[in-house]
This record gives sequence, C-alpha cells and structure tokens, in this order.
Amino acid sequence: MGRTSTTTITAIIIIDMFAYEFMTNAFAAAGIVAAVSGVVGYFLVMRGQTFAGHALSHIGFAGATGAGLIGLAPLWGLVGFTLAGGVAMGLLSERISNRDVAIGVVLALALGFGLLFLHYHTAFATQATALLFGNVLAVDRGMIATLAALGFITLAALAAIMRPLIFASLQPELAEAKGVPLRFLSTVFLAIVALAVSACAQIVGVLLVFTLMVGPPAAAQRLTTGLWSGLALAAGLALAEAWLGITIAFYSDWPVSFCIALLSAFGYFAALAAPRVRAAPAASRSPPQ
Amino acid sequence: MSVIEFERATLRMAGRVVLAAASFAIEPGEFIGVLGPNGAGKTTLMRAILGLCPPSAGAVRVFGASPRRGDPAIGYLPQVRTVLPDLRVRGRDFIASSLDGERWGLPSHGAGDARAIDATLDLVGARDLARRALSDLSGGERQRLLLAQALIGQPKLLLLDEPLISLDARHQEVAIDVVRRVCRERGVTVLFSAHELNQLIGTLDRVLYLGNGQAVLGNVDEVITAPVLSRLYGADIDVVRAGGHIFVLSRGREVEHGAHQHDHDHGHHHH
Repeated sequence: MGRTSTTTITAIIIIDMFAYEFMTNAFAAAGIVAAVSGVVGYFLVMRGQTFAGHALSHIGFAGATGAGLIGLAPLWGLVGFTLAGGVAMGLLSERISNRDVAIGVVLALALGFGLLFLHYHTAFATQATALLFGNVLAVDRGMIATLAALGFITLAALAAIMRPLIFASLQPELAEAKGVPLRFLSTVFLAIVALAVSACAQIVGVLLVFTLMVGPPAAAQRLTTGLWSGLALAAGLALAEAWLGITIAFYSDWPVSFCIALLSAFGYFAALAAPRVRAAPAASRSPPQ
Repeated sequence: MSVIEFERATLRMAGRVVLAAASFAIEPGEFIGVLGPNGAGKTTLMRAILGLCPPSAGAVRVFGASPRRGDPAIGYLPQVRTVLPDLRVRGRDFIASSLDGERWGLPSHGAGDARAIDATLDLVGARDLARRALSDLSGGERQRLLLAQALIGQPKLLLLDEPLISLDARHQEVAIDVVRRVCRERGVTVLFSAHELNQLIGTLDRVLYLGNGQAVLGNVDEVITAPVLSRLYGADIDVVRAGGHIFVLSRGREVEHGAHQHDHDHGHHHH
C-alpha cells in the first residue's frame, strides 16, 4: 500500500471519529488524564508504591458509591475518599504504607463498603460498571473542565515537592539525615496520587487505573534512565495508549478500557524485551552534559 | 575544640539502651575506626551525631553545638542503602539528587553541580560507573558511587557506616586510600565503621570500640587488648598479634570473621 493512500485512510478515520462530540470530549478528557497519570505514575513506580496507588482507587470506589447514596456526584466521593486514604497512609509512616498485607486488607474492606453502599442505593447500580471499568465516552464538557482543574492542581503540587521527593525516593536514609521531612513528603505525595487516581478512574475506572498510572511509567523507566526523558516518555506513552485505545474502540466496538488495558500491557512487555537489544550501546553512551 | 564530644551520653534504639553514659572526644583531622560486634550501636552512634537520635541522657556535641539535622559540614554514607531493584536511574542522576535535595521545587542542576560531581567521581575513579543505570551496577560499584557522593561539598566531618561492605579486596584498598587522602589533605575528621580491623591499622589514628553499651576510645595498643575487649564483648576474648596483624579470638575463633556477610543484622531493623 502506498504512502498516499495510507495517509488518506488515516485522514478519513480521524474526520469520521471527530464528527461526534462525544469523541472529541473523550479525546480531550483522556488526553488530560493520561498526561497527569503518566507523570504521577512515574514517581509511584520510582518509589515502589504502585500497590498503594491501586488500593487508593478501590477506596475511591467506596467513596463514589457512598456519594451516590447521599446524592452527590461520584467524582467528589472519589476525591474525598482517596484523599483521606492517601493522607492516612502517608501519616501511618512509610513502613506501614508499603506493607502489602495491610494495604490489601484495607483495599478489600473498601470494595466491601462500596458493595454495601450499592446495596442501599439500587438505582445507582447501573452506574457501578462505569465506576469500576470507566466510561470515557460519556464525558461531558463540565467534566473536562473539572478534570483539567484536578490535573493542574496535581501537577502544580508535584512540581512543588519534586526535588526532595526524588531525593527521598532514591536515598531515604541520606535524605532523612539532610533534613528532608520524609513523612510529610510521603503524605503530600499520596494526596497527589489520590487526586490523579480520582481523575484516572473517570476514564478507565477504579479497577483499571494501573493501565495509565503504572503501565506507561514502568515501560518508560525500562527505556530511558534520565528523569525528564522518563517523565516525557511516561506521559507520551500514556497519551498514545489512551488515544489509540479510544480509536480502536470506536472502530471495533470493543470497550475503551479493554483497548487501553491491552495497549498498556503490550507497551510494558515490549519495553521489558527492549533492553536486551540495546544493552551494548547503552554501556558506551556518552556522558550527559 | 573537639569535633565530636559525648558527655555521659545515653543512646536508645527502639527502647533498648545501645550506649550507656558514654564519654569521649574526637579531635579535628582524626581518622577513627569504629569497631564492635553487630548491634553494638555503630549506626545509632552516627545517627546521634547527625541529630537523628537525640541522647536520652547526657549530651552529644558536634562542632561544639547540639547536632542538627542537615548540617552541610557532615558527609554521610548510610549503612542501610535502599536500592529499588527495578530502578533504572543513572548513577550520576542518583548522586545529583542529593545536591540540595532538601530544597523545594523542581530539580535543576547547574554547571557548578556538574563540576562538583565530576571532581568527586574522579576521586574514587567512578566516572565511568556514573553513566550506567543503578540497576546495572554491582553492590560494590554502587558503594563507590555512594562514597563519591559522601565526599561532595567539602565536608569537615565524614561519617562512613560500613563503607567496605560488598567491595572486593582491591576496591576496599582504593576506598580506604581515598578516605585517608581526604582526611590527611583536607584535615577532614573521619568516623569509619568496619568489621575488619587489620585493613585499617595502617590508616587509623584511634579506635572507637563499641560493645555491651560501652564505648572505648584510644590507640590500637590501648583498646585492642584482652581485658578491654572481654569487657566489651561480655565474653573471654584473646588478642593475638602475628605478622603485623591482630586477631581477636573468642574460644579460638575469630569474632568478626565472616561478619560482613550478615550486614543486614544491624542498622535500622533491630529484631
């Protein structure tokens, strides 16, 4: 197939998709959320706290269904519960928030509460699937504005603590000796993760936040060793996987979140396989100046 | 003025008394070998000097004042060195993270920082290592990067907690030599904890031997004796000198033999 015909087909596909407002909305919302998820997730992977991030999303499920019970928008229940959960984990010192068993127990309890709230609010049950697995095609303009605001707050807070956060993540013992407030940093960081999780759950659902928050950053860390290149690649991969996922879903009629999950897993495993190929040149790379 | 002064200082770690009413003073430019059995409090002692573990009784003074966290005059190589297994951060970026790492905002490093990092990497011969990802380095290679990092910023006091662990014999010599040069040429005071006394004998000025809640500071000949060590170990200890080496024996076995292999037995996680 010639280059021209490929380009023409691509152009037709794009024009076709963007003829629908729900598709432009989906692209805008997914774009904002993917970039934020990739950047925040990069630090989540760096700190080895991905499971804590996963738990926060489940706590958010209880919050979202609870909010439905008292007539609030699910997003605010998500934000409230994940924030409270993140701050609590941070305050309970690093050692506890990194403990898989304790986190697993809280995670299961949160899902249980989510179920209880659904049980008492049966009209809300139809929305349960959207909460669990996301529903990016139902995003409206108001939600895009909210996600943009959430994303801005998240990235601004992350920028404010980034320098000591990296130091404390890489060398906690030395950072403590140099006067970095470890617990405060950990708490603020988990609050940032909570906001990112809340935004991410709007796109791919609470069960699949890993697809944007862990898959792309983990792949990026396999492919590059620099901080800024890693952050850019994590955000870029998340963006590409989200947009491509929506595109595939549009033409295949598969669920969007499935397509994103598939691309995320593919991206990660492809990156895992990549270093073996480039191991030799990596050793003789010139120094960064 | 002494660089470090302990005045009847009692240190506790998780409620347990590690050092009971210990008094000693370390003078500027001294190279002090910190020795003692696992769990004797070598790490706790350094944390007290860093202001991370205030004495429950008595006083600790560093540069004539109470220790304060984040003193830029102190270079520190921690014993517990968390390295996340999947972390593909370049050695150089790892070191850079510690430069003004306590400041808020975005990380940014200027030409001055780059020069400081190059200079310290050259000192320990680790410039090539720093180009590789941390996860691709061996324990000993990481160790050399950390030693380089501890030397950045011209500290006046170096606290090196088991810097020889996981280094092979040649790099142990290199590490000791680098620290000795820094100590002599810049007049830096060094606390160097280790399991093996013999490698340090030609280098150290005095020994700070910890054990049984006590601390004894003095020359090798004063401290490494059967009566003193028997008191510190709470067991019958023999000291045998042969061919310029000193062997510390308990019931015919060397007490610290093979102790490096169990370096995780003490430090942060006391069981």
